[in-house]
Amino acid sequence: MWAFIHKLGSPKWFYDISERLQPWFWAAAAMLILVGSVWGLAFAPADYQQGNSFRIIYVHVPAAFLAQSIFVGMALAAVVFMVWKIKVADMAAAVMAPLGAAMTFIALFSGAVWGLPTWGTWWMWDARLTSMLILLFLYFGVIALRGAFASRDSGSRAASVLAMVGVVNIPIIKYSVDWWYTLHQPASFTITSRPSMPAEMWWPLLLMVLGFYSFFIALTLMRTRSEILRRESNKRWVRDLAREEG
Amino acid sequence: MQATESMRAIEPKGGLGVAIAATVRRDLILMLRRRSEVLNPLVFFALVITLFPLGISPDPELLASIAPGLLWVAALLATLLSLDSLFRADFDDGCLEQLLLAPQPLPAMVLAKVAVHWLLTGLPLALMAPVLGLMLALPAGSYLMLALSLALGSASLSLIGAIGAALTVGLSRGGVLLSLLVLPLYIPVLIFGAGAVQAAILGDGGAAHLAILGALLATALMLAPWAIAAALRISING
Repeated sequence: MWAFIHKLGSPKWFYDISERLQPWFWAAAAMLILVGSVWGLAFAPADYQQGNSFRIIYVHVPAAFLAQSIFVGMALAAVVFMVWKIKVADMAAAVMAPLGAAMTFIALFSGAVWGLPTWGTWWMWDARLTSMLILLFLYFGVIALRGAFASRDSGSRAASVLAMVGVVNIPIIKYSVDWWYTLHQPASFTITSRPSMPAEMWWPLLLMVLGFYSFFIALTLMRTRSEILRRESNKRWVRDLAREEG
Repeated sequence: MQATESMRAIEPKGGLGVAIAATVRRDLILMLRRRSEVLNPLVFFALVITLFPLGISPDPELLASIAPGLLWVAALLATLLSLDSLFRADFDDGCLEQLLLAPQPLPAMVLAKVAVHWLLTGLPLALMAPVLGLMLALPAGSYLMLALSLALGSASLSLIGAIGAALTVGLSRGGVLLSLLVLPLYIPVLIFGAGAVQAAILGDGGAAHLAILGALLATALMLAPWAIAAALRISING
């Protein structure tokens, strides 16, 4: 177990293993998103109240899931980096932050587009929306703090502390719709309990969520790999690799 | 044995308690010598509150309805303004390094510094807020709650803000970044603080909101000193 973790901490080993894993996640992401979106957009029945506009759910919910999961993932990577000084964890955290910010933005934007036909407004200062906006600012803070330091190592550690502090906001977002009764409906999709929507709407949503997660993993692996190459560019194995590739 | 004897000789009598008291005393004296830095947030608070009647409307009814939020937001911004100087002077003259090298645990020492910051920023703001509330025609019966909620809430603001201040103290232009880091984390305190005053105006006392502010403070007291200490180590050693 410990040997495995130590190996995972070695950039070269991670580079090699992720090369083998990466295609599988890309393939899974492409398949799941393709099948899920065609099924969800073309074949799933229209909602009896919202009509076709409910189909935004197939982007909105997976993006919102990821927006929160990525922050937790980033904070976990930060803990691993701070406690065990594993550099790969920090590289992963560094590449996750922009992706998480993008997902938060997509969730907010698709929510605004969805809000117009259903609530009659682009934006409401409701608990879930506001807390997602705060999450976006937290992502910006982490990204900006990392870039503000002249030495990369200090930037990494400062961003790690901020990610660990900022993660307290995640439960607030998660339960905001349960604690305050607001416009945004409580979570309509959970893995653990029986779906509150008909199966033919629920299945494509599940595929989309899994597809988004696979996409996230694949993209994180890919970007971590290039980050490894950039930061380890003076190591021998990277130079050898560069010579082989020409 | 010899080594422990000599170690003990370095350790001041009374240990941690003496060190904390000395830090509090030193910071209080230093801050009171630089009066302008203590007064700045208060002047800022008063000025911002003056802008609102001019910018929105001098109508007392309208002002009364938005006064709790305005007072809280202005006090929060005034706190934010004062954060940059929390560790700046000590960082510039090297005192912060000595604090890091001291045998006493760093979280306890930063807690003492943050306590002084609250004593000279948060508490005066809380005491001043009722006067400004009067100018905004804040309804009677909510003044005590305004001062209480600000006194309790600004302690959390000082603790959370100190994390941001510690993270940015090594940067030459930390100011804008500091607000980006700290403001998102301030929002829960703002919601419950302004909510307490609003509840007092509506007549249900606001005790529940105060309790939540207290819970936020307890959590911040528990976790923030370690985060501040870690952040200071990064800023100094990096």
